[in-house]
Amino acid sequence: MKPGVTHRTYSRRWILGAGAAALTAPGLTACGGGGAGGSDGGELTTYVYGDDAVKVQRSAVKRFNKSADAKVKLEEVPGSDYVAKLRTAMGSPSGPDIFFNWGGGSIRPFQEAGRLTDLTDAVRADPKLKNGFLPSVMKAGELEGRNYGIPMRGMQPVILFYNKSVFDKHSLTPPETWDDLQQIIDTVRGKGITPFALGGVDVWTELMWLEYLVDRIGGEKVFARIQNDEGARWEDPAVLKAAEQVKDLIDGGAFGKNFSSVGYDSGGAPALFAQGKAAMHLMGSWEYPTQLGKHPEFAEKDLGWAVFPTVTGGTGDPRNVVGNPTNYWSVHANVGNKDAAIAFLTEMASDRYAKALIANGDVPATAGAEKLLDSSPSPEFSKFQYKLVQDAPSFTLSWDQALPSDLSAPMLTEINKLFVGQSSPRQFVSAMQGLK
Amino acid sequence: MGRPHPAWVLPGVLFFAAFALAPMVLAVYLSFCDWDGLSAPRFTGLDNWTTLLGDPQMHRAAGLTALLVLASWAFQTPAALLLGVWAAGRQRNRAVLSAVFFIPLLLSSTAIALLFHSVLDPNFGAVKQFGEWFGLGDQNVLGNSTSAFLAVVFVGGWQFIPFHTLIYQGGARQIPEVLYQAAEVDGAGRVRQFFSITLPQLRDTVTTSTVLMVVGTLTYFETVLILTKGGPGTDTTILPYLMYHTGFQKFDLGYASAIATFLVLTATGLALLLVRFTGFGAMRSTREGM
Repeated sequence: MKPGVTHRTYSRRWILGAGAAALTAPGLTACGGGGAGGSDGGELTTYVYGDDAVKVQRSAVKRFNKSADAKVKLEEVPGSDYVAKLRTAMGSPSGPDIFFNWGGGSIRPFQEAGRLTDLTDAVRADPKLKNGFLPSVMKAGELEGRNYGIPMRGMQPVILFYNKSVFDKHSLTPPETWDDLQQIIDTVRGKGITPFALGGVDVWTELMWLEYLVDRIGGEKVFARIQNDEGARWEDPAVLKAAEQVKDLIDGGAFGKNFSSVGYDSGGAPALFAQGKAAMHLMGSWEYPTQLGKHPEFAEKDLGWAVFPTVTGGTGDPRNVVGNPTNYWSVHANVGNKDAAIAFLTEMASDRYAKALIANGDVPATAGAEKLLDSSPSPEFSKFQYKLVQDAPSFTLSWDQALPSDLSAPMLTEINKLFVGQSSPRQFVSAMQGLK
Repeated sequence: MGRPHPAWVLPGVLFFAAFALAPMVLAVYLSFCDWDGLSAPRFTGLDNWTTLLGDPQMHRAAGLTALLVLASWAFQTPAALLLGVWAAGRQRNRAVLSAVFFIPLLLSSTAIALLFHSVLDPNFGAVKQFGEWFGLGDQNVLGNSTSAFLAVVFVGGWQFIPFHTLIYQGGARQIPEVLYQAAEVDGAGRVRQFFSITLPQLRDTVTTSTVLMVVGTLTYFETVLILTKGGPGTDTTILPYLMYHTGFQKFDLGYASAIATFLVLTATGLALLLVRFTGFGAMRSTREGM
């Protein structure tokens, strides 16, 4: 998953985007002028994912530029082009001084190519940065225990959403265990309702299932080992078990018969869910603003949320969360004015910045955000989400962001094959193991 | 007034060199390198090319591409030929209808693919209604390997048949009226006239249209990206999509360049073969014997 904050921008990136990017990429390097390549200390070029949430960064830049000597210049890159443009710019002599990213695998190639500033010392030296953010979120911006990212947007955990009116009508309660879930599946299927909306045209929606199941069955260590290329990796029994459980769900009709023709980006899955044709939806926290935008009445009255259930025999901590902890700012190794860059990043830990995020419907990853959440458009949902992340012993970054792109791209293909029945759980495991 | 000075050709040549030749040469060079887009490309000789020859994913994509070219040709040519010949008539209603046929030509591939993506949504698209009328199963068009592939063929046809119809219409209008008048005197019916006059006279038009169709289908991309994303699984991952996936999702730009070069070579080779095989290049007149 690589969403910004709302799914809409995400979808644009995936559907149209990357394609257009492919065509325009060769010309993009020219746009990054005045960046890290030039040692112009007076101006810091900043790349940011250009979606609705960017207004928060825009006003932060304005405030910063008023008081500081150095000027931050914000380049809003359309979400659809972001990844390809960033990659191309970073490969040229004129990369941005500061840039938006998803932490983990999304910045690893830059670190390996020596293009990142290690922020560890700056973080340790400044209590605002050191204690300003939730630890699990801060950690997802690290590589090998060193800080490379400062959180700068809302949290995006994956949540089990449910349709309250469907649940009420059939006297159901949100599932706490896998057996509860099975019972709900059986009940609603008997009423002709699809248990889960799933936009299987977009493979990242399918990925969420494996992320949670592997975590619940084997704990966060299983994926951590995959990521660090140690131990049994994909051959860990938890992966096979999770794949089998996915297969059982599919065969048992938990996603309906034609989920692989349903899109999330195109609004298919959210509409199925909002209209009560599907009872539940496993989705990132942006499902809430999405529904609020597309089906406001449903979002306000009938949208319920719950924690992903425990899985029988699983050893993972049921408080663990998967998804996108947040987005980060990272700093180019050739940054013109490092002190100014760090001064700008420190802004992100301020209450003022957190308030702006909250007003935009986001839940900031700052340590003191909880007391500010009453001003959110939906305090109840925001507080649930904040607590979910705050209490989580581990927050696993979406696998497609945590892994390097030469692994994540074929991984998504293999996951799709598993979901459409082109490979069995065992074939899935061996295909994944064979990827490296 | 003699010929224009040769210097006039310079801007065109420079433009072509900068935006067509140079990138192509660069792509060929990169196909011999390992490049992640960040560090300097590392020359690896024939590595990408040997990988390419033995890569099952590549074989599959090449097979699918060949199948797509054949299926698209078989779908588009008869339809465009018949429509074009029909539209070549000068009646007023034909002119109006022809204008309607050409609407898809005005839309971008992206818009068309998005349009069909909504039509094919199994729960909210028109396909649900049609499926129910015809008693078809679960409307899982894009999630089923065969129907997803056929959807790509169909959407491509919907988009490009108007263009080829236009070519055939032009070709058919070039056929001298006297041929038909003579045939009528000899007592030939419309079907006979079509097979004995129209089709032979359109020989070179068929070649032109076929070359454009084959090369166009070989570089078919947006429809697949938007409609199926190469799926389900890899069942619509044709070569251009594989190139995109390798280059801009895996960031393995060296190997992606090898795929791109392979595509250019195949398309050029096929086009040359077609022209040679059909005698198009000999510039023989279709009006022989007149």
